[in-house]
Amino acid sequence: MLDKFEIKVLRITGLLIVIFFFAILYVTGKRKVDVTECIPYDKAYTEPRIQKIDDKTYQVFAVAGMWSFEPSVINIPPGTEVDFYVTSKDVVHGFNIAERNVNMMAVYGGISKTTVKFKEPGVYKITCHEYCGTGHQNMQAEVIVDYPNP
Amino acid sequence: MSVSRSMRNVIIIELFVPITLLILGIYHGLMQVVYRAGVLHQAAAVKLDYYQGLTLHGVINAIVLTTFFAVAFGHATMIFYLKKEPNKKLSWISLALMVVGTVMAAWAMIAGKASVLYTFYPPLKGHPLFYLGTALLIVGSWLPLFDWWVMYRTWKRENPGQKVPLAVLGTLVNFIIWFVCTLAVAYEVLVLLLPWAMGYTPTVNVTLARTLFWFFGHALVYFWLLPAYIMFYTMLPKLAGGKLYSDLAGRIALFLFLLLSVPVGVHHQFSDPNISSSTKWLSTILTFAVAIPSFITAFTLSASLEYAGRQRGAKGLLGYFGKLPYLDSSRYLFAYMIAGLILFIFGGFTGIVNSSYALNNVIHNTSWLPGHFHMTVAGPVFLAIIGMGLHLVATLRGRKIFLPAVNVIIPYLWMIGVLIFSTGLMWGGLMGEPRRTNLGMTYLNPGSELYHPQWVPSTMLALAGGFIMFIAGMLYFVVFFGTFFSKQTEKAALDLPVSEAYHDEKMVPLFNGFKPWLLVMIIIILIAYVPALVDVLSNSGPGAPPHLPHNPMPGI
Repeated sequence: MLDKFEIKVLRITGLLIVIFFFAILYVTGKRKVDVTECIPYDKAYTEPRIQKIDDKTYQVFAVAGMWSFEPSVINIPPGTEVDFYVTSKDVVHGFNIAERNVNMMAVYGGISKTTVKFKEPGVYKITCHEYCGTGHQNMQAEVIVDYPNP
Repeated sequence: MSVSRSMRNVIIIELFVPITLLILGIYHGLMQVVYRAGVLHQAAAVKLDYYQGLTLHGVINAIVLTTFFAVAFGHATMIFYLKKEPNKKLSWISLALMVVGTVMAAWAMIAGKASVLYTFYPPLKGHPLFYLGTALLIVGSWLPLFDWWVMYRTWKRENPGQKVPLAVLGTLVNFIIWFVCTLAVAYEVLVLLLPWAMGYTPTVNVTLARTLFWFFGHALVYFWLLPAYIMFYTMLPKLAGGKLYSDLAGRIALFLFLLLSVPVGVHHQFSDPNISSSTKWLSTILTFAVAIPSFITAFTLSASLEYAGRQRGAKGLLGYFGKLPYLDSSRYLFAYMIAGLILFIFGGFTGIVNSSYALNNVIHNTSWLPGHFHMTVAGPVFLAIIGMGLHLVATLRGRKIFLPAVNVIIPYLWMIGVLIFSTGLMWGGLMGEPRRTNLGMTYLNPGSELYHPQWVPSTMLALAGGFIMFIAGMLYFVVFFGTFFSKQTEKAALDLPVSEAYHDEKMVPLFNGFKPWLLVMIIIILIAYVPALVDVLSNSGPGAPPHLPHNPMPGI
């Protein structure tokens, strides 16, 4: 049968995989980071708009198209939790807010959802990171997190 | 051993065609880093558009080169180890299909009618000949499997109780994976996309097409890797001056790849809608299981190299690293393989990041990804392919290597280039730099309102590395074509280095045939993909009409 060192390596590998696995499980729960959520398609999500639920909660329905996002500017106050619902009206686009690790695909016939909190004021760029035709490199939008004017 | 003239020509053509096309592929590799670093602020240079060149780069380097090579190398291993030749007519038909398919797809890409990248995600639509050509290339590469299977069965009947040679097992495992995974992409291309691209069906389900693509797309990377693995197990120990540490370990690793290559494709779709979190979790777990054959391989190969180093007089714990034949130009294959393996260490580690569920949010579709896969497919895979391609052409044509001293440093130059290039890309990726984007026009253009100066150092680093890779690539072409067209000085023959096993375990029937493995393979694929397809079909909205890359309005 297999050499004893090979068997040892197999065991260590198994152990390592289990450790990795629980590390991911821990981070997913503790830091509340998750992959793109899955919601069944509904036409109601495909109308671009920003909805204020309360002072600390917003819903953004973003629609990507060749080659811009609607809405192209999203103004919210600091400390807001935002639910993003993203879809596409033509080809596949990307929806990446690198500073907040929001990273989703915008797909025709699909609704990508994630929730993220914007604590610090600033301008967060939304970059399309999937090739979507000749104007792909122009496709950017922004989330502006600032205190509202009194 | 000597090979019939006909089979020799099949193998030589299967190497010559893609390596010639590779000139175009590597040219656009260089052009991409030039655009991306903001050296050029335009859509096209020398009549080649950025995205058109990117499509050529991906299709030629990652599909054409790898597929042609796998078939050529498959023929070589089967002939060499089973001492039998495949059916000549079938081998020529396979070659003809592959060449015709490549010509069709190449025409569509070069004419600018299929700038849809090698993933050809709908609703972006390419010319129908692009899809048809790709399908023909794949179908052509299937044919030899059926022939090799007959050769393998005959050999087993003639040699009862003997271990099937490791390389033969590897080639069969590889092409079974290839056959199974390409069924999905063949369905996508022929049933979903082709009628849609020709205007017969109005819409296509985008997530379904993506899911079918990635059913194929991740298994594809093992199809790239396994010929290199076969070389690492059956040749590298011999080239290093030692023996393969364990023969059985190699067999276990190969069969685990058979089980785990296909059912992990969903990990490319963590950011996709319409697929539930539980399906994505399952994909993470299965992908981690691939670590088992990878770690077996890492250990077995280092143990084999250590044995070789000690045979050559190495002392101490890690002294063997210093005693290996790195610059021996008569064993240049060693250089090509070891340089690839060094890159693969980093390629493997970064791959774990990609497959780790929500960690993917940090790097998905950023330039981290090309940074990662240039240390896998453009690392061990590419170096093994071009090294072995050169070796096969030289021996099958009876030629001496042209400029042997240059030849042996090419893989190290390439390795250094890739390390710098990938560092740049991955660094940029962590700062959100997108992949597949003509950065030079906007984000790296100081005149644009989208200018993003943070990405200047990362793209400059990638430019430096890419330039070194380009030089190494050009030197390789000099050596390859110099060898190819030199005068014949030796007898033409098929010759592969053969490693003996240090632990040559006795035959275990379980690891000497495909019987339970194919069944388990199918079961795991069903476990992984039935939920994925149910998710996609139950959550998707309407299908999408086709779009040409330059037009926001639908149309063909």
